[in-house]
Amino acid sequence: MSEPDLDRSEQQPRGSGRPSDPSTESGDCLSGTAYESAELPTHQQLATTNQRRREFRSDARRALGRPAGERFKTKSGLNIVVVGGGPAGVAAAVTAASADPTARVTLIDDNPALGGQIWRQGAAPEPAVGARKWLRRLDQLGVERRCPATVIDTPSPGRLVVADAEGTSELAYHRLIVATGATERFLPFPGWTLPGVLGAGALQALVKGGLDVRGLRIVIAGTGPLLLAVTDLVRRRGGRVVALAEQADFSSVMTFGRSMWRSPSKGLQALGFAQSLWNVPYRFATWPARAEGEGQLERVVLVNPLGEANVVECDLLACGFGLRPNVALAQALSCDVVDGRVVVDDRQQTIVDGVYCAGEPTGIGGLDNALLQGRIAGLAAVGRSEEVRSLSRRRRREQRFVAVLEKAFRLRSELRSLPETDTIVCRCEDVTWGRVREFDDVRDCKLKTRCGMGPCQGRVCGGALEFLKGFRPETPRPPFFPVTLNTLAPTGASERTPASEDAPEE
Amino acid sequence: MGDARAQNTVRISIDGRPVTVAVGTTVAVAVWNHGIRRFRVGVAGAGRGPLCGMGICYECRLTIDGQPGRRSCLLPCVQGMCIETATESECTEPAGGTRDV
Repeated sequence: MSEPDLDRSEQQPRGSGRPSDPSTESGDCLSGTAYESAELPTHQQLATTNQRRREFRSDARRALGRPAGERFKTKSGLNIVVVGGGPAGVAAAVTAASADPTARVTLIDDNPALGGQIWRQGAAPEPAVGARKWLRRLDQLGVERRCPATVIDTPSPGRLVVADAEGTSELAYHRLIVATGATERFLPFPGWTLPGVLGAGALQALVKGGLDVRGLRIVIAGTGPLLLAVTDLVRRRGGRVVALAEQADFSSVMTFGRSMWRSPSKGLQALGFAQSLWNVPYRFATWPARAEGEGQLERVVLVNPLGEANVVECDLLACGFGLRPNVALAQALSCDVVDGRVVVDDRQQTIVDGVYCAGEPTGIGGLDNALLQGRIAGLAAVGRSEEVRSLSRRRRREQRFVAVLEKAFRLRSELRSLPETDTIVCRCEDVTWGRVREFDDVRDCKLKTRCGMGPCQGRVCGGALEFLKGFRPETPRPPFFPVTLNTLAPTGASERTPASEDAPEE
Repeated sequence: MGDARAQNTVRISIDGRPVTVAVGTTVAVAVWNHGIRRFRVGVAGAGRGPLCGMGICYECRLTIDGQPGRRSCLLPCVQGMCIETATESECTEPAGGTRDV
């Protein structure tokens, strides 16, 4: 006869109190009339995303939130999956497998060979002694390698969808260690799309893979210690570094240099770099303002805060404006990401049960930090809390280095005025700065200009717009990397994988 | 000795020209060392070359064995591989093509 109580209680707020609830709740955000209609779905979207995240986290607690050694181990051992085969991932896999011989450890990487970027192996192998030791251990311990393979979806806690040459398959885990590393940040400036302009890390990777730089005139620009490593490498391979432009001031770089002496391994590294910089025109507070050439790079204009310009003729410009943690997978797993970094505790545990994160995704700290965090994550994943605690002092020391690094190589504000109206920002869709500039909302910008909707899915322009406009990267949707329809449904329509439900749009 | 060398190399074709490269060389490196800087053609028609060198940016994508849109920086060269650079199919997108989504 009368309505059930439940319904009435839900309706009560509407009748009582203030008449205009929606406007008081979000009135501030909707004050701009022009954006009113465009902004509403964004807020709704945010609410559903947060809801979905909470659900994923509580599902994870139910499914995976049991201490290691209680239930899983009695039967077939823990299933541990490590995503990312760089130093952090390799250290995590090796440590977990040796600490718990009953565990089944799988290591996934999207490169054909393990080692990540810093331990990259190629046609012309580098004498990376440290790498070889770890990789040998990996085989001795029977860690299963899956590379090249890419995680394209995280349908529910305990399950990943992995794409490789054979198609997609599901991979179950009790513990997941995210060691997805970092990518370079690229900043747009006039001419940066010319062939011959590439990332500093890219040049390093390509040269390690056999790229011939003998006799080439190379300008290395941007920021951070990576520039020194690249300079060192290309000089040893016969390249001529005609300019090395560091955007940070001399004083910041010196502060950083002094901090490196505190750790023996880093001190040796610094010494090595100092030696290789002999005779290199190393300029501080200098950055590339434009690259020029007919069809390919011919010269670079370097500028400084005094407005002095220097034209340098060159064949290659390698520039990297720092590293950006790869947090997309962690984001998709509902981990907390603050200031572009995955939030973890002393055990590398994220706020999602069963999910750990190690290395650069938690903050750019380099090789030593990655190896240490990988070891901690591996130990924590199999429940070795005492050993984890014994490493906590070293962990704190590395954390201090992360902070020093970040402070010393902070990007200067002048770099924000580099792109001109017709400078391309989104290289996949050729969207110019003139079109992107006017937007205040990342989603709005994407929908109206196609910026970030090409094959790279905003992995290049995302880092630039984060710096230029303060846009926060959105949580990725599956498939996280472009895959062919053939990969999703290899034998026609009969096989249905969870990933094929999320039909990729373009 | 000739055999030993042959074992450590593979023969590929770049835009119809036969090229011999060391085993394990990625396609991007082989194409670059062959003197090619323009890997693909952008949406607005300008030439593009590799940017990130590690499979993120998709700027080095090429047509490999007839399949467009392959990331050349991640792919090792294999014997008999047929590589085409700056192909029309990349910029005009033929109907029913297998373009990556």
